[in-house]
Amino acid sequence: MKSVCLLAVCLWSTFVHATPKVHEYQLDNGMKVLVKEDHRAPIAVSQVWYKIGASYETPGITGLSHWLEHMMFKGTETHGPNAFSRIIAALGGSENAFTGRDYTAYFETLSKDHLRTAFALEADRMANLRILPEEAKKELEVVKEERRWRTDDKPTARTQEEFNAVAYRELPYRNPVIGWMNDLEHLTVADLKDWYAKWYAPNNATLVVVGDVEPDAVFALASATFGRVAARETGRPKPAAEPRQLGETRVKVRLPAKQPYLIMGFKTPSLRTADTPADAYALEMLAHILAGGDSARLSRQLVRGSEIAAEADADYGLYDRLAGMLTLDGTPTDGHGLDDLEQALLGQVRALIETPVSETELEHVRVQLIAGKVYELDSVFYQAMQLGMLETVGLGWRRADEYIQAMKSVTAEQVRAVAKRYLTHDNLTISRLEPLPLKPGQRINTGKPGGAHVR
Amino acid sequence: MFARNLIVLACALLYGGLASAAPKVQGWHTENGAKVLFVETRQLPMFDVRVVFDAGGARDGDAFGLAALTNELLSQGAGNWDADQLAERLDAVGARFGSGVNRDMAWLSVRALIEPKARDTAIETLAAMLAEPRFGKAAFQRTLRHKLIAERQKLQSAGKVASRAFYHAVYGDHPYAHDPEGVAATLEKLTPAQARAFHRRYYVGANALVVIAGALDRPRAEHIAERLVERLPGGEPATPLPAVGPLVRISHRPSTAAAQSHALTGVRSVRMLDVVSATPARPSVANASHAAPLNHLATNAGEKSGLAKRDLTRIVFPSSQTHLLIGQLGMKRGEPDYFPLYVGNHILGGGGLVSLLSEEVREKRGLAYGAYSYFAPLRQTGPFIAGASTKNAQAREALRVMRDTIRTFIENGPTDAQLKAAKQNLIGGFPRKIASNRKLSEYLAMMGFYDYPLDYLDTFATIIGAVTRERIHAAFKRRFDVDHFVTVEVGGKRKDGG
Repeated sequence: MKSVCLLAVCLWSTFVHATPKVHEYQLDNGMKVLVKEDHRAPIAVSQVWYKIGASYETPGITGLSHWLEHMMFKGTETHGPNAFSRIIAALGGSENAFTGRDYTAYFETLSKDHLRTAFALEADRMANLRILPEEAKKELEVVKEERRWRTDDKPTARTQEEFNAVAYRELPYRNPVIGWMNDLEHLTVADLKDWYAKWYAPNNATLVVVGDVEPDAVFALASATFGRVAARETGRPKPAAEPRQLGETRVKVRLPAKQPYLIMGFKTPSLRTADTPADAYALEMLAHILAGGDSARLSRQLVRGSEIAAEADADYGLYDRLAGMLTLDGTPTDGHGLDDLEQALLGQVRALIETPVSETELEHVRVQLIAGKVYELDSVFYQAMQLGMLETVGLGWRRADEYIQAMKSVTAEQVRAVAKRYLTHDNLTISRLEPLPLKPGQRINTGKPGGAHVR
Repeated sequence: MFARNLIVLACALLYGGLASAAPKVQGWHTENGAKVLFVETRQLPMFDVRVVFDAGGARDGDAFGLAALTNELLSQGAGNWDADQLAERLDAVGARFGSGVNRDMAWLSVRALIEPKARDTAIETLAAMLAEPRFGKAAFQRTLRHKLIAERQKLQSAGKVASRAFYHAVYGDHPYAHDPEGVAATLEKLTPAQARAFHRRYYVGANALVVIAGALDRPRAEHIAERLVERLPGGEPATPLPAVGPLVRISHRPSTAAAQSHALTGVRSVRMLDVVSATPARPSVANASHAAPLNHLATNAGEKSGLAKRDLTRIVFPSSQTHLLIGQLGMKRGEPDYFPLYVGNHILGGGGLVSLLSEEVREKRGLAYGAYSYFAPLRQTGPFIAGASTKNAQAREALRVMRDTIRTFIENGPTDAQLKAAKQNLIGGFPRKIASNRKLSEYLAMMGFYDYPLDYLDTFATIIGAVTRERIHAAFKRRFDVDHFVTVEVGGKRKDGG
């Protein structure tokens, strides 16, 4: 496969040339500022990332980070409810926010000339949020509707929520980002205020700007706005570690639906928690070997090939703050049940343990990853997102730069070794959606997996 | 105050700074008649290509889902390569492939690096898919099975069931009425021969649009465009779709209409669904030459929206929320009211969390996570749709608030302040909408397909700037009638709180 190898080398040089540099600053109050230039269009994206999210929550207050994110649009000492959105809209900008397990982030995409406004508004709500009880009450109803829409009425989402709930014993990844309905019913304005006081401070935040900007000018603007917010002591999450799993865990999800579905996961370290970074990158490579394109194993062998799956995917949480899972999920075709699909997916895992992946497969993944890095540069939003996320989960943005090189050096033997070590039956959780007939009058009652929620 | 000053400043900057930013669009035709739009974007070593055909779901005839299935089969075996080999060729050079259909269009797209091997492999592979699809029996059967599963997954979703019912109620037997993905009853009957014939008729040069955006010069782009479509016959453009005529009032429900309702929404095949009451309006499908354009309709209230009074479809569904869709016929691309309606809807329900509908339904009352409205302009008249989903017990209230908000907007039109804010958002936000290669290529596809002028990107700000309060008010008043809206409710019983 000599010619293919040459392609990767060639693309690699393309990529290195295409990558602009990241400028890093720190304000006196401890807030980190990352700036990356992208002069393709006269716009910029500004993102403020806080180290707070659903994995910082404890039983009883699940969903609090996400509710607070909604409330961040409901006014400050100087701006009324929803004024933030109206001001940004009138500047031709778009804005929103999202809450994940490990972060909460607020963003504006707008003409580069209006960065100052975005910064001023963000700095204002970082310190001066005014939580009005009547607004909070209404917004909690909006969040509940969001939960019904996102999870309760979606059989697949319910199945994923159940999956996380049983897979983790201690890790807060067991809780849905949106929160359990019972917790949403009992959260209070006092909870909101405590949570805001505990986590929202410049020293717990990172500002990321990507766009048609000059880095030093952005830093000066940030100093003049965010720099005025005083640093204060913030919370610190207790260390959470999952006890060793002692055997396979299963959950059946029986609810009205039309199509069965299955998700399985093996507990794995993330890049942050792995013994060596090489282990995490080998797991990342493994996920790509399975599902890194339409020619990868799951599509080729299960969707085409045996035709057991109508769709099948694999996912690995390389950048999770805590140790997460490598998951496989799929939908069986007619004539094949969940048992067949489960066996087929486990067969794929066995093959990874028994036989080293081929050099051609590794090479295809490398080429795709290098090309993917170039494609990522087409989106200012994605570029900012990657920097903000890496910084916020505690890995540091520089990890983005090592990714390609680290993935290029993963060997077939390393993939086999991590498969053997982590993809074991005792380390496995399986959640299966077994549809009940959908009858009139029957209702789906409640239930969201990881992932992020936009406002 | 602080914010107000900034807005004033913003206005000055907005109108001043944008004219020079628009990318230059070049256009030509290939040897066999395909239209080409091209923008050279130098900054990243990559390009996006999109080939679009007038071959969307509206071309299905009775075989609902045929256009979508044909489109999907192109990547399941073509020329010398089977589906595995096609996927492998693209993956091996890091290219990304996409395809899809809507009511008007069918398209294939590919994104690749400009490195010669990657570039040539991507183009060669896409060209084979376009010109030499195999429509092999095994790939056909497999793809069809996947479609049937996707169809069942849709029927698990109250929102998707609602959307189908809405289009059916608004479009009756017009080709826009059915879901382009088809329904089980029609999908099951499709054959490889039908797909082959569909491909032969519609995937031809005269019916094609090629969009290219990326780090290529004009000669290279011309070369790529030729290579993509040179093996397609010239053929004929698709014949014009029937105009969407004025809808006829009906006082009772003919049984055939009810039966058709089932077939079109896929409801018949789903035992869990129970159509409580349905009075589908029946648009008379006029020939293009005879159809009265919508804006020439008499001002009689019922005919303005073209719909019979109290056109309500309720479908009981085991969900904690009721999905609400209300609306009527909207507009088509290129008609005189297009921009007044577009800007007006931005204020009403298109502008995200600051629109009137979102303000009334979500911000003021906490009734829903999202409340919105949009026009879906098509070659022929597309729909106007307003929607929200709320727990079953609140469905009535949400519906009332939505109707009242739209009614008030139609009565009064926008305020000067609302119009100003909307224009600022649309004009100021325009560079953002074409800022990436991907977004630009999608935008070019829309421009090319609907015959927008090549300088459209330059004139957008001027066109939006010229829209007046009066024209918005007049257009909505002339064309809208909330009392005759189609209403679709899909959800659990109202007493259920959820």
